[in-house]
Amino acid sequence: MNDQNSGRGLLTIPVNKHSESAAHKIAQDLPIYSSRRFLRVISISGLTVACIIITVLALTVGSVEIPFKTVWQILISHLPFVNLHVGWSSTADMIITGIRLPRILMAGAVGIALGTAGATYQGLFRNPLADPYLIGVAQGAALGAVVGFVLPWTFGGSYLIPILAFLGAVAAVSIVYLIARVGKTLPMTTLILAGVAIGSLLMSITAYLTMISANKVHSILSWLMGNFSNSSWDQLKLISPYIAIGLGVIFLYARPLNVMQLDEEQAQQLGINVERTKIILLAAATLITAVAVCFVGTIGFVGIIVPHIVRLIWGPDHRLLLPLSAIAGAILLILADTASRTLMAPSEIPVGVITAFVGAPFFLFLLRRKKKAVF
Amino acid sequence: MAKLEIQNITLDYGQHPVIKDLSFQLQHSELLGLVGPNGCGKTSIIKSLSRVLSPTSGRILLDGKELTGISRNELARLIGVVPQNPYLPETFTVFEVVILGRNPHLGLLSGESSNDMAIVWQAMERAGITHLAKRRIGELSGGEKQRVTIARVLAQEPQVILLDEPTANLDICHQLDIMDLIKSLCMEKNIAGLIAIHDLNIAAQYCTRIIMLKNGQTHAEGTPREVVTAENIREVFRTNSTVHTHPENNLPVVLLNTSYKRLTVESGDWDKHANTEQ
Repeated sequence: MNDQNSGRGLLTIPVNKHSESAAHKIAQDLPIYSSRRFLRVISISGLTVACIIITVLALTVGSVEIPFKTVWQILISHLPFVNLHVGWSSTADMIITGIRLPRILMAGAVGIALGTAGATYQGLFRNPLADPYLIGVAQGAALGAVVGFVLPWTFGGSYLIPILAFLGAVAAVSIVYLIARVGKTLPMTTLILAGVAIGSLLMSITAYLTMISANKVHSILSWLMGNFSNSSWDQLKLISPYIAIGLGVIFLYARPLNVMQLDEEQAQQLGINVERTKIILLAAATLITAVAVCFVGTIGFVGIIVPHIVRLIWGPDHRLLLPLSAIAGAILLILADTASRTLMAPSEIPVGVITAFVGAPFFLFLLRRKKKAVF
Repeated sequence: MAKLEIQNITLDYGQHPVIKDLSFQLQHSELLGLVGPNGCGKTSIIKSLSRVLSPTSGRILLDGKELTGISRNELARLIGVVPQNPYLPETFTVFEVVILGRNPHLGLLSGESSNDMAIVWQAMERAGITHLAKRRIGELSGGEKQRVTIARVLAQEPQVILLDEPTANLDICHQLDIMDLIKSLCMEKNIAGLIAIHDLNIAAQYCTRIIMLKNGQTHAEGTPREVVTAENIREVFRTNSTVHTHPENNLPVVLLNTSYKRLTVESGDWDKHANTEQ
């Protein structure tokens, strides 16, 4: 009886929320309190620094080797108000800022989007198998892109395929959403089932169009597996505002997403407007996924693996999980893209192949090491 | 100090009514017990009071304001719920679950202040689970999980607490532990407590007032001595019992008469059989 009663002895401690100073003192004594804050700051800033270093390292690699130090100097010389002595060739500057940087930043932006969207979907569906492509984004984008490839017109120039891919992605998810809606609620299981069904339907159309497209099969397959070879500053400027907006919305909803890891009923009883939160998060995650894939293709694996890796290392708190998934997604895709353009240079390996090839063993290693429930 | 008024509510899932035209009140500093057979609508009442299920007719007033006119966030600051067998994510630590109770007190942009942390810690002390703070939910026993949910409700600092079978699946020691905790909360903090419970003895020992439900309507309402009687138990549960008085506190104690005389619902008109046997 004594053991069970250990709690009762503490019943005498008065709970007084008005005495701020007393409360503050208790909080400071809590190792858990300071360690959480500390962990959050250290992890996010540490991973950001790692991401920047990896970006610069990736800039040094390519057909022309440019030293690490020179890359830094070139980058810093482009910052406003910096007047650095020019000690390098204009070709090096051109390669760094004109060719490699936009491509690497594009990979980073897409990685941020897919990592965050993956963590959001997994949190929303409370399902470790969820990824950003679960409810039709990829299949819709693929169909849109393939239609763009097959169509005889060149209307819209190089923007035709991205626009069709984006519209396809948004249309597919909208259809899935409308089908899954029951009255005023959106049951998540119905949403997944509708997503899988619509996804298969769209995939079969895509497959058929690919088959009859004859000479364009190669470019279609290369789009489907993802590549950054056509990346430009213009593309980056176009997609980054949408990714920033989507990211901002998702980060705002990190705590509600934590509460929603309980069931929907408990989330409501803890003050969450569950239906509204679901729709806002679905819309934001779908937007950033659609924007991410429309230029570079449906790169697989990042969205499902990155949140799991982050969760294995840092735990399930979305306030940590979402930003870290964003940064880790960027790191993974920058590394994968660097490998994709250098391993078999001058030809490129599709980046989707690299993400799966590198990501899967690393993930399995973490999974084996932990040996307990991870979701 | 909050007051809940339930006025003529009807609850149904689809076409099938679960609660018909039910009215009662819940005051501060009381622990009201809802008892009744399986399927009599206890859980539905708790769901409707936390606005998870909306009544098809009738009104629920919290301090004179209609429940539907209160935002979810505000409602969660006033009413806390301990559901029956709540799902808790296994990879969360105890601390991470209890801190979710602060959610209704935080804006979209604000994080937990040191004050929030202190409230969470005190709630955990109160529920006796501070030593479990860093343990994962998946490693806990049923009784410990129940305490985690109660600590979460305490962190919510509500004025009304609704509990759905908080002692189900617990051994007698843990049952009394949890009930002591709930009762002392209601009395010391002037919280209004509503508890749906199967165990008539626990209800009689702890509740200040009991409502016995039958077929979605109030069959009896009053103090434990008024409600927990052999007659009421026979009429509502179709079970014969002997009700004694507890020698220490004069509260009713139910002894069940398990015997061949017990008839099942399926055997037809129970009252007729009962009459012929008497």
